[in-house]
Amino acid sequence: MALTSSTTDATQIIKVHSDRIDAAMAIQFKEDMRNQAEGGATRVVLDLTSVEFIDSSGLGAIVAAMKQLGNDRRLDLAGLHPFVEKVFRLTRMDTVFKLYPTLDDALSATAD
Amino acid sequence: MHNGKCLDLSFAATESEASAGIAQLSQRLSAQGLPTHKAGDVKIALAEAINNVIEHAYADITPAKVKVRCRLHQNWLEILISDTGNPLPGFRVPDGIPASLGSTIDELPEGGFGWFLIHELTSDIRYERSNGCNRLSLRFDFPKPS
Repeated sequence: MALTSSTTDATQIIKVHSDRIDAAMAIQFKEDMRNQAEGGATRVVLDLTSVEFIDSSGLGAIVAAMKQLGNDRRLDLAGLHPFVEKVFRLTRMDTVFKLYPTLDDALSATAD
Repeated sequence: MHNGKCLDLSFAATESEASAGIAQLSQRLSAQGLPTHKAGDVKIALAEAINNVIEHAYADITPAKVKVRCRLHQNWLEILISDTGNPLPGFRVPDGIPASLGSTIDELPEGGFGWFLIHELTSDIRYERSNGCNRLSLRFDFPKPS
C-alpha cells in the first residue's frame, strides 16, 4: 500500500494512495503507517480522500495505527467518503477520532 | 414476473482474491441496477461475510473456494455465500453485539465488528449447514418510495 507523507507547521499529513483499506491490506497498512509516522509531528492527519471503501479489518488497522503513535501524539482523519464515514459512525469510532470532510478542514482546525 | 438477475462469482479463499472478487461483484451489481444508496451497504456486508469465511471457516484447514450467488430483484437483493469450511459456532448466525470501545485508547478494539455490521446493514440473515457446506444468505430490501 502506498502512503506519502508531508509536514506543515506542527502537523504531519499522511496520504493513502489506495481506493480501499480492507482485510487484504490491513497488516501492510499498519506496518507502513508505523514507518511513515516514525519521528513525525505530534499531530498526524490521515488523508483518506482516495479511499472509497473500508471494512472492519481496515478500521481495525486505523485504530492500531493510532495506538502505535502513543499517548503524546494524535491521529485525525480527513477526506472521508460518505460510505467510509458511515462505517466509523456505525461502529461509534466517530466518537474516538476527529473526522474532517476535507484535508483543508483538518488543516484549518489546527488551532484547537 | 421475472426471477431476478443472477450474478455468480467464485474465487479462492484468500484475502487478495476476495478483495478483487468483492470489488468486481459490487461493480457488476451496480451495473445491473442496484440502487446507489444501497451499494455501499451491500459491499461492506459482503466483505465482512467473505472475510469471516476466510479468517474463520477456513482457519486451520486448507482453504478451498468461496462461491457467491447474487439475485437482484426490483426491490430486493439476495446474496448466497457458500463455502466448505468449518461451520459457524453452534451452527447459528452470531448475534453481532458490537465490540465495546473501552475507556482508554489502549482498550480500543481492533476487530469484532464484522457480524455487527452485517446485522446492521442487512434486512435478513439465514444460515444453513448441510453436506459439509456452509450457506449464508443475506437479504437487502430497498422498497421504492411510493
